[in-house]
Amino acid sequence: MNDNGKKLIWENYQKEIAEDNYFYVRSCVRQNFLPGSETAFLRILKEELGKNVYENPAHTTCTGIGYHGDVVPLETTMTVVARQFALMTEAGYENIIPSCITSFGLYTEILDTWHHFPEIEERVRKNLKLATGREFNKPKNLAHASDIFYKFRKEIGAKAKYRLVNKQTGEPLRVVEHVGCHYSKMFPEKGIGGAEYPYVLVGMVEDWGGKVIDYPERRHCCGFGFRQYLVKANRGFSISCSHKKFESMEPYKPDMIITNCPGCPMFLDKWQYAIAELSGKTYGENGFGIPVFTYEEVAGMLLGYDPWDLGLQVHQVSAEPLLDKIGIPYDPKYKYSLEDKTPGQKPEYPEILKCMA
Amino acid sequence: MDVSLFEELKKDVRYIEGLTSCINCGTCSAICPAAEFYDYDPRELMNQVQASNEQELETLLKSDYIWYCGECMSCKTRCPRSNTPGLVVMAMRNLAMNKGFFVESEKGRQQLFLKRVVVGWILNHGYCLYLEGIGTDLYPEQGPVWDWRQKNWDGVMKRLGANYKGDGSGILRKIPDEALAEIKSIFDVTGGTERLENIEKFSKAKAKEMNIELTDELMNDYIKHIYTYNSKQEQPNER
Repeated sequence: MNDNGKKLIWENYQKEIAEDNYFYVRSCVRQNFLPGSETAFLRILKEELGKNVYENPAHTTCTGIGYHGDVVPLETTMTVVARQFALMTEAGYENIIPSCITSFGLYTEILDTWHHFPEIEERVRKNLKLATGREFNKPKNLAHASDIFYKFRKEIGAKAKYRLVNKQTGEPLRVVEHVGCHYSKMFPEKGIGGAEYPYVLVGMVEDWGGKVIDYPERRHCCGFGFRQYLVKANRGFSISCSHKKFESMEPYKPDMIITNCPGCPMFLDKWQYAIAELSGKTYGENGFGIPVFTYEEVAGMLLGYDPWDLGLQVHQVSAEPLLDKIGIPYDPKYKYSLEDKTPGQKPEYPEILKCMA
Repeated sequence: MDVSLFEELKKDVRYIEGLTSCINCGTCSAICPAAEFYDYDPRELMNQVQASNEQELETLLKSDYIWYCGECMSCKTRCPRSNTPGLVVMAMRNLAMNKGFFVESEKGRQQLFLKRVVVGWILNHGYCLYLEGIGTDLYPEQGPVWDWRQKNWDGVMKRLGANYKGDGSGILRKIPDEALAEIKSIFDVTGGTERLENIEKFSKAKAKEMNIELTDELMNDYIKHIYTYNSKQEQPNER
């Protein structure tokens, strides 16, 4: 297929990503649900790529879920984000990298708002000074943590011990890539490939040996919807969104899903369990689910890190079928070990969704 | 003189950015996940807002209609005129919160749950989520691995490199008291605290009107009601 036109369009959707010296702000969702990915991000950035990254212990939530849950006013959220910028400025950094997509989208939205309404920026500066005594410079470079891995995907690929290839057949693995809505749907020019051809995960998958699946509901939201998931009475919205995606991707027989948003991997993982238990339907092979990973988990697996150091054991959908396909070794005995790394007590088995012990 | 609801709505930067030249084509409704699963149509919402009818706006702000959007912002990507119905919804929700209209609808009343839980985590811990002790009784879809995590919270956190409740940097570290005080001060200065007090005030009045007990405890009959009640849900005995 001649895809020169597509390549030309993509060239217009590249973004500047800082080379080094990052001020890191963490994701609330990942710290709770996928702490192994937060750990792996810094490990890969420092140990594999030799980058300088700094985290100030006094940084906090950006209030993003409160803001998009419509309980925290915009003025408050903007000032909390301005405080993060102040911590960055005080530490001598200019490049900020949130590991959360909602934070990234919110920072982008706030900087854009200040650009169009300088009087709002002035008001936020005054409020921050009044509330905390702090002042700030705006970041010179704002990139999502997945942008950094995209930028250095070839370096990571060069160090990898494994590839996204089925070791039995030699064929590339079929990968569903799911990009968080707030990565580029609001500000397409701030995401690699924009909103039409988001390339941030595709670039990683292709350079690491896999093949990306294009399917009808590829860009559909996972269904978090903030208040739509958090309140039990609304949760039908959330599971319906994920269900729609699974039904749409199923005919393409994906081997795995890769994501760059904190919430999406958790939802796409847990809703497979819920759908199986509610309806008996499973989407992976032989009664298993389709394993869902963060980009750090995928990078870590390919670099040869212990899957249990990456936190694959906290997924509800078992990762082992995918590890077996690639040929990545793991020791089942230590899957549920705790801090002393001795074999631990196992979780219960679901009734329908097949899982590895 | 009282400022009209429309005048107030038009001051919100999200309204200004979200609605400039809607041609009512319906593209937003075609892409909207909420429109797939709720009786909701962002095109219709944009139409009603543009009609500038004060009474209609008040009715809308008191209805479930403005609470269906999931704020994915897919509408922003697809609108051929660069409008963002999702931002207009956020401005409308903000106005409904300021005026106390949110308690007049089933979905709007849920804001008290979000206030107590999410903002509680933000102000007490410095995180939007702080999930030790939040189990499958409230979130059953989290499943057996989450049960296992809850039973072994500290151990799993340590195994995966967290600094749970620890000093210094790291995953789920203890946010220093001075930092939490700064966040509280930001809430005080920027209207966040007033917002939270308003949510409590309007909710308590509504609970009294509905004759459901609402106390200052995190969980009580009113909170349980707004967390679980869905009037559209098919009841098991109706199947």
